[in-house]
Amino acid sequence: MLLKRSTRGAHSAKPPVLIRSQCFVDILEERRLRSDLGHALRTFRPSPYKGGPSCSAADLPKIVLESQHLRYVVKEIATETGASPEEVREEASAILEEMSQNLQLGFIRLLGYIFTKVFKRLFTSINVNMEGLKALQQAIQESPVILLPNHRSYVDFLVISYIMFTYDIPVPVIAAGIPLAGMKIVGAIIRRSGAFFIRRAIGSDKLYWAVMSEYVRTIIKTGFAPLEFYVEGLRSRTLKSLMPKLGMMHMVLEPYFKGEVYDIQLVPISLSYDRVLEESLLALELLGVPKLKESTTGLLKASKVLQDDYGIMHVNFGRPMSVRRLCRGKINLRQYNLIPRAEAQACVSWLAHLMVRIQEEGSLISPWSLMACLLLQAPTAVLTEQGLPWHQLTEKTIWLRKLALDFGALPDPDVMSSAVALHHSVVRREAGRVYLVREEEPERKRPISPEEDVIRSAAAVLMMVSYRNQSLHLFVRPALLATAIGVTKTAQRDELFAFFCFLRDVFSNEFIFIPGESSQDFEEACVLLRKCGAVHISEQEVTASDAGLEALSFLQALLQPFIDSYQVMFRFLCEDKVHVFAEKQFLPAVRNLATKLILSGELHTYETLSSDTQKNVLSALRRLETLAKLES
Amino acid sequence: MASNSSGGGSDRQRIAQQRLRIIAGHLRRPVDVDSTILAAECKAQDSKTDVSSEGKTVPRRRQEIMKWNGWGYSDTKFLFNKKGQAEFTGKRYKLSGMIMPALKDWLEDTFGTNLQHKSPATPILTSSAVQPPTLNEAFVEELKSTGIPFSHDAEDRVFRAHGHCLHEIFALREGKVGRVPDLVVWPNCHNDVVRIVELACKHNVCLIPYGGGTSVSSGLECPPEETRSIVSLDTSQMSRILWIDEKNLTAHMEAGIVGQDLERLLNESGYCTGHEPDSMEFSSLGGWVATRASGMKKNIYGNIEDLVIRVKMVTPQGVIEKSCLGPRMSTGPDIHHFIMGSEGTLGVVTEVTMKIRPMPEYQKYGSVVFPNFEQGVACLREVAKQRCAPASIRLMDNEQFKFGHALKPQVSSMFTSFLDGLKTFYITKFKGFDPNCLCVATLLFEGHREKVLQHEKQVYDIAAQFGGLAAGEDNGQRGYMLTFVIAYLRDLGMDYYVIGESFETSVPWDRVLDICRNVKLRIIQECKDKGVQFQPLASCRATQTYDSGACVYFYFAFNYRGLSDPVHVFEEVEHAAREEILANGGSLSHHHGVGKLRKEWMREAVSNVGMGMLKSVKDYVDPNNIFGNRNLL
Repeated sequence: MLLKRSTRGAHSAKPPVLIRSQCFVDILEERRLRSDLGHALRTFRPSPYKGGPSCSAADLPKIVLESQHLRYVVKEIATETGASPEEVREEASAILEEMSQNLQLGFIRLLGYIFTKVFKRLFTSINVNMEGLKALQQAIQESPVILLPNHRSYVDFLVISYIMFTYDIPVPVIAAGIPLAGMKIVGAIIRRSGAFFIRRAIGSDKLYWAVMSEYVRTIIKTGFAPLEFYVEGLRSRTLKSLMPKLGMMHMVLEPYFKGEVYDIQLVPISLSYDRVLEESLLALELLGVPKLKESTTGLLKASKVLQDDYGIMHVNFGRPMSVRRLCRGKINLRQYNLIPRAEAQACVSWLAHLMVRIQEEGSLISPWSLMACLLLQAPTAVLTEQGLPWHQLTEKTIWLRKLALDFGALPDPDVMSSAVALHHSVVRREAGRVYLVREEEPERKRPISPEEDVIRSAAAVLMMVSYRNQSLHLFVRPALLATAIGVTKTAQRDELFAFFCFLRDVFSNEFIFIPGESSQDFEEACVLLRKCGAVHISEQEVTASDAGLEALSFLQALLQPFIDSYQVMFRFLCEDKVHVFAEKQFLPAVRNLATKLILSGELHTYETLSSDTQKNVLSALRRLETLAKLES
Repeated sequence: MASNSSGGGSDRQRIAQQRLRIIAGHLRRPVDVDSTILAAECKAQDSKTDVSSEGKTVPRRRQEIMKWNGWGYSDTKFLFNKKGQAEFTGKRYKLSGMIMPALKDWLEDTFGTNLQHKSPATPILTSSAVQPPTLNEAFVEELKSTGIPFSHDAEDRVFRAHGHCLHEIFALREGKVGRVPDLVVWPNCHNDVVRIVELACKHNVCLIPYGGGTSVSSGLECPPEETRSIVSLDTSQMSRILWIDEKNLTAHMEAGIVGQDLERLLNESGYCTGHEPDSMEFSSLGGWVATRASGMKKNIYGNIEDLVIRVKMVTPQGVIEKSCLGPRMSTGPDIHHFIMGSEGTLGVVTEVTMKIRPMPEYQKYGSVVFPNFEQGVACLREVAKQRCAPASIRLMDNEQFKFGHALKPQVSSMFTSFLDGLKTFYITKFKGFDPNCLCVATLLFEGHREKVLQHEKQVYDIAAQFGGLAAGEDNGQRGYMLTFVIAYLRDLGMDYYVIGESFETSVPWDRVLDICRNVKLRIIQECKDKGVQFQPLASCRATQTYDSGACVYFYFAFNYRGLSDPVHVFEEVEHAAREEILANGGSLSHHHGVGKLRKEWMREAVSNVGMGMLKSVKDYVDPNNIFGNRNLL
């Protein structure tokens, strides 16, 4: 029982949620053999949801505006603001217009055509698990379906639609950020491909919330189409899973909570890339170089990236999961009987975290990601100057791959040398050694300052960090335990558990832990470490074994950059006598301190420079109520 | 005595003979003779005001006319005749003696039953299956001295040990008998009850009141943990109308009178109560009060709580009653509301004063076909909004519509058959209704002729707004008739491996559709999960409309072939269905009551404090738990 690989001990009776068998099919293969136009014009015969009344895209806004809830809110706002109900209604109507998708098959076809062209150029193959797709096809007929992909690249957007179009599954409507709508032509195209647009900071705009939630609710209730959204909210700049956002999740689940639908199926989808298109952009962004605004010209400029090879894209459709089954015993729906708006935050949060965990489990771990883990454990100076012996790296990677498989990674058959070749932007192999590639030094008059040099290395390191992050979730629980063993120097199980929980608590914004499941996480860490022979476990004790030193020290080193970075920031906050500071000042100040420490040789990681880590620390401290955010 | 007709007379003779036997047995004890005289006095007293006591339907020995292990009269049942056609035996109902050609196919299609696979019931009750009675000798001795008839015959006791829950009937059909009352006692009047309750308190005997025996909440089940002697107090012999007050339009009855007698007797005087629960053939006035019953025609006459003017109940602390017949009072919380719905946990209702109405001048049935259930519900909602609901309005879903069709008797003339065909053609082909979606509302109008016709038009106009088509009086009438025969049909199903049950709830309007869909889907899913091999029948109807919501009835049945413990599976599914109802904003019960079947949800239904209130009333009224059926709390 203990050996069973399950992150959700309490639900071990459930069938495994992940589809582990390896029937991935390269969907580009057929495209390369046949005409792209033929594919775009294929007969599209989806089997839609059987339960709901069918309605057209044009009906949706009407239903939303006529809904009792919205009419009620409109009246309420009219009374509050003194505006006439007609004005408020107009406003609601305008919001709806800005938001609404306008799904048209013609545009899906157009998109299909463009995508086939682009994808064939970018990727060697797009591997999709057919079993998951089949399960999805079935689920869509039975109940409203929510597609929950992770978001790692701009390319993600609409790729699900593309696949579903190819396999005769109803094309989803997709929640997208409003900036996309602003893009010339492209905005219009994606709107017609099923995207609906949501403002980023909604805050307390009551009318907006009402319109949006009613819109989402209506889509689900009527079974208009599957709904797709990013449970993480954003594209992860670090390729590491983000803390899930709960607002949309809550909205989506509400029809179930209120009994308006019998069930909802959640389908976590894991997209994993051998190489991400925007890798260098992301690294720069993390170092404080501002993000480019989404624009059509920007997109066209970016087209130069189309010249490169990005390896394989894996799309792993998780098994559809019934919300009804998941929520059994988690939530008492009777609370909705009296007050229509009772909170179900805990359950929603649990579900959202669970979805992200399943996305993680469904991601493929490429050898390159494992290599990145190892490369990052070598001193950066060594990497840039002397390089790492190739055979040493390969041996170690083979060892790590075995460990990863032990920990339940999906095996990926890729080869190491080609992985290195693919990532020529980050590493270079030369005369039996591997070097970190830094951006070409621009021609300039004055010599480069040490600080600028740090940034140059940091950009390269952070790129590699992203790829390491792809496999981090696999190791994080055992790594917390390994660190606990290393720090506490104890074998007592309950002491280790206490320290494990402490670390888990501190790093809850960094890694995805399902709330309230710390003992399951600890149990999992123990089981995995024992499985790879790193520890002996008895009723009371967890002791490191001699054979396990390699694994334990690898795992500790994996977590070390995070511990170091957090400590630097804690130190900054403690030393800084000021009790109130602006977030805008905090980030550069920490960056300066870290740069100094790196130059002085005190700090060995460049990750402290990443704005992502910095923001996570602030969030963690706020969560732990060490810091409070003051509204200006 | 002269006022009694022959029917009542013969009953009296029987009682008198019984008494004679008792007297003979106790000839040497003058005290006993006194008490019998007292009982006779009570009788004589009544006879002065007795409006009528003829045509008592329920004898003391119920087994003389009723089934011991199924629903209703012994002479009435569904069966498949030699030709393999379904037939309804007996002469009591409009459907009696008729052949229903479509029923066989419907059963086979719906449940996958096969006439070759029978699951017959144990034909007779073997007395050895019944545990010998645990008698409280002192109590029995004193009871004898009162002259109130009693029995510890096995059949009498088994008859009063159950209601009509599926598990109860299923066990009886298998010849299995659990804990049953040790003694059955038949009081004849209020004073008899006072005496019995006194004796029960004195000797610490557990009393379980028994009215019509139609409980579907495990309310009559004897608590297995009860160690005291259990006495079933059968009120069936207290069934007189004591007076009718034509000035105030009220009538005063003994609580044991069953619905059909009450209506029939009042009708003879030109009145009615208008209270017609589906079980009215057998259920008693006292039972209605004790469970907060609801009648089909509540839209005109009201539910039991609207009809009751005054109640007399005998409790271990004495008799509870109000001092006047005022139509409404502000005297603190209404004590009637401790009585109504107390489910026999506080005492025995012995007499009730109720509103009566002149019999309606005109009655008209009607029906409307809707393209789908959603439209039907929308129509009912609108009718409720405009407060123009007819005496009864019920909406059946598609499954029940089909079921109703299956019970159509063989058509005698070619012409009717042709007409039926034409109607079907009109509705499905011309109007484009999908026969697998359409549903039917049945209507009953009552009152003055012109007003009924006016009212009818108003309702049909509303129905038309929701795509409803008038579908004739026949369909409506048949719908209501089915109410009375559907319980017999369960027995037929049980002969062929089909078990089923109905249960009800009340729910706000905005949730009606959701609850109907979700509960039906839940039933289907649970059956699948629990290994039921055949698709279950999950069907519902909205049977009552209120200003703010509706009463919804669910029917659920499945073929249990291949299951080792069908009743357990059945109970699990029923439990899940109730959970689903509660999760969807439905009430624990609209009118069936809580009993022991739904007790586990009671606390959540009424809150801790609410529960404490009820408990403290119980503690005061019945500190020794004499009324120990353990319902409700």
